[in-house]
Amino acid sequence: MNCDEFAELVTAYLDDALDDSSRPLFLDHMARCSGCTGYYGQFTTTITVLGELPAPGLSPKTRSHLLTAFREASSEKPE
Amino acid sequence: MSEGVVRLGGVTDFPPDPVIVAGLRNGDEEVFALLLDEWSRGMLRLARSYVSTAASAEEVVQDTWLAVIRAVGTFEGRSSLRTWVYRILVNTARRRGERESRTIPVSSVDGERPDGVPPERAEGGPEGAALAGEVRELIDKAVGTLPSRQRAVITLRDMEGYGSDEVCEILSISPANQRVLLHRARAAVRDHLAAYYDGKGGP
Ligand SMILES: [Zn+2]
Repeated sequence: MNCDEFAELVTAYLDDALDDSSRPLFLDHMARCSGCTGYYGQFTTTITVLGELPAPGLSPKTRSHLLTAFREASSEKPE
Repeated sequence: MSEGVVRLGGVTDFPPDPVIVAGLRNGDEEVFALLLDEWSRGMLRLARSYVSTAASAEEVVQDTWLAVIRAVGTFEGRSSLRTWVYRILVNTARRRGERESRTIPVSSVDGERPDGVPPERAEGGPEGAALAGEVRELIDKAVGTLPSRQRAVITLRDMEGYGSDEVCEILSISPANQRVLLHRARAAVRDHLAAYYDGKGGP
């Protein structure tokens, strides 16, 4: 396995989706190649930071509009 | 909140689908508000993969919830409720995105500031905070440059933490395709990050 092949398989490895023949080759390459070890570290750091990005929510106006719509739809339904 | 919700709450404290669906059908406003507050952030981010502005994404999410209110009586439980809601969202957002791409000049799309990452949100120690804020903003921007299919997958998998099965179902794609899109997206974002660290002489 060369470095390009290694780089292509990082997501498959992290998803535990490598087949039995590729997995040892992947791990073996990482153990011997400092460049790919660094790449792997940056890759997983990227994933961690992605999971920490703050997400803005709905505006109060939209939220209250939707709650009103829900209330009105419910009151129209027969009991 | 009704007793049923409290009693049946699972490990996540989030009520199971049958409780939620019954609440929605019975007009339980607390149940609807819970869903709204729990899912809308992720829905906004996913919608943003397909449409050009944050305001447009908000309208997509609003239209999606209105569709959910109208159609919850027809929900059959063949998927999870969340998957069902997100599929409605994706269809709504795609349609709107296609309409926008026909009508909005490219320059006005590029001109918009990337949304998210309010500056006051940097947390943690004072030393790491500035750097962490910078890295977050960089990554947020990098995600904004991705093609919509890649952006949708990385949003759901890495930003929202959904499993690959659910992502495939929401986006109607195969597991292999999902993995390719996710990998390309991550690699592209990693490239942005690496360029940033190279510029700083950092790790
Ligand atoms: Zn290597």
